[in-house]
Amino acid sequence: MSDDIFRLWVYLSASPLFALSATLGAYLAAQAIAKKCKFHPLANPVAITVILLALGITAIGEDYQRYFEGAQFVHFLLGPATVAFAVPMAAMWSRMKRIRLALAVGLLGGGAAGAASAVATAWALGASRDTVLALIPKSVTTPIAMGITEQIGGSPSLTAVFCILTGIVGAMAGPTLLTNFGVHRPAVRGFALGTAAHGIGTARAFQEHPEAGAFAGLALGIHGLVAAVLIPLVVGLFIKLG
Amino acid sequence: MLEGLFALLVFQLLGEACTRLLGLPIPGPVIGLLLLFVLLRARPQLIERLRPTAEMLHSHLALLFIPAGVGVVMFLPRLRQEWLPIVVALIVSTAVGLVVTAWVAHRLAPEDDEA
Repeated sequence: MSDDIFRLWVYLSASPLFALSATLGAYLAAQAIAKKCKFHPLANPVAITVILLALGITAIGEDYQRYFEGAQFVHFLLGPATVAFAVPMAAMWSRMKRIRLALAVGLLGGGAAGAASAVATAWALGASRDTVLALIPKSVTTPIAMGITEQIGGSPSLTAVFCILTGIVGAMAGPTLLTNFGVHRPAVRGFALGTAAHGIGTARAFQEHPEAGAFAGLALGIHGLVAAVLIPLVVGLFIKLG
Repeated sequence: MLEGLFALLVFQLLGEACTRLLGLPIPGPVIGLLLLFVLLRARPQLIERLRPTAEMLHSHLALLFIPAGVGVVMFLPRLRQEWLPIVVALIVSTAVGLVVTAWVAHRLAPEDDEA
């Protein structure tokens, strides 16, 4: 009997079924928890799901590579979801054009201030070179950030983790922080969430208001484009000078 | 819905092709986003046809980050070793980025754009 169960387990863990069911199941549970908490920013679905799955995977001794092989079908949809930001952006374009200068300056200032303050605090507190390099693009959307870190000689998979953590921090603390600073307009709130906390901030922005979501998607896209060009240039310059 | 998914995949494919052929430092999906955006500006009537698929994907955007996020388990030793600089840097820089972006955009954007 236990032999049968073992064989069943070997079969299931080799197919994507197990990882996919676990991912969807944990996400649905996280959504139910978030709903119970009336969608309070602190009850962040990404954070809850990651904790549930990380605990589950560690408990049954499954390794991450094998989990990811199955769950990559979900991961793959990030591509089409990124392309799909064109839809709300095109629909809101006339509104965006009117405040484009404000958005452009805000994005450049906020993006640069975020990256610089990450490097400065991590370095001052004694982080290793690998950690500092992986922190630079952490506010950029995950796939672009991984490419940037590769270019500047850091670890892309560590960057992916920092990106997700940044997104979670931004989505949890962002709404309250923005309200305290007197920022109430959905467009500006969404834009800031997308700039500082990429896709996870955007997911939160969509929870607040459809317009906030559209502006977050716009910010995420432009931040990705600008960062992909500027970060390798600036870091290269610093390495040359240092 | 299927038609929308097809369009998104084709634009991602076009984006990947551009990135590879031209050796761009920008990921394929972002180029795909730009190309689709140009098309939608030229043919605004297509926006409504793609909207259901886009809304479906975006309403579950958080789910799509889970597989990469679980990767945190691979870096637990490093996080344990360097938790202080990592935690402080993540919190401080995310708050700085958020507030600077929002404050600048809030100050520079005309108030009457509410309509």
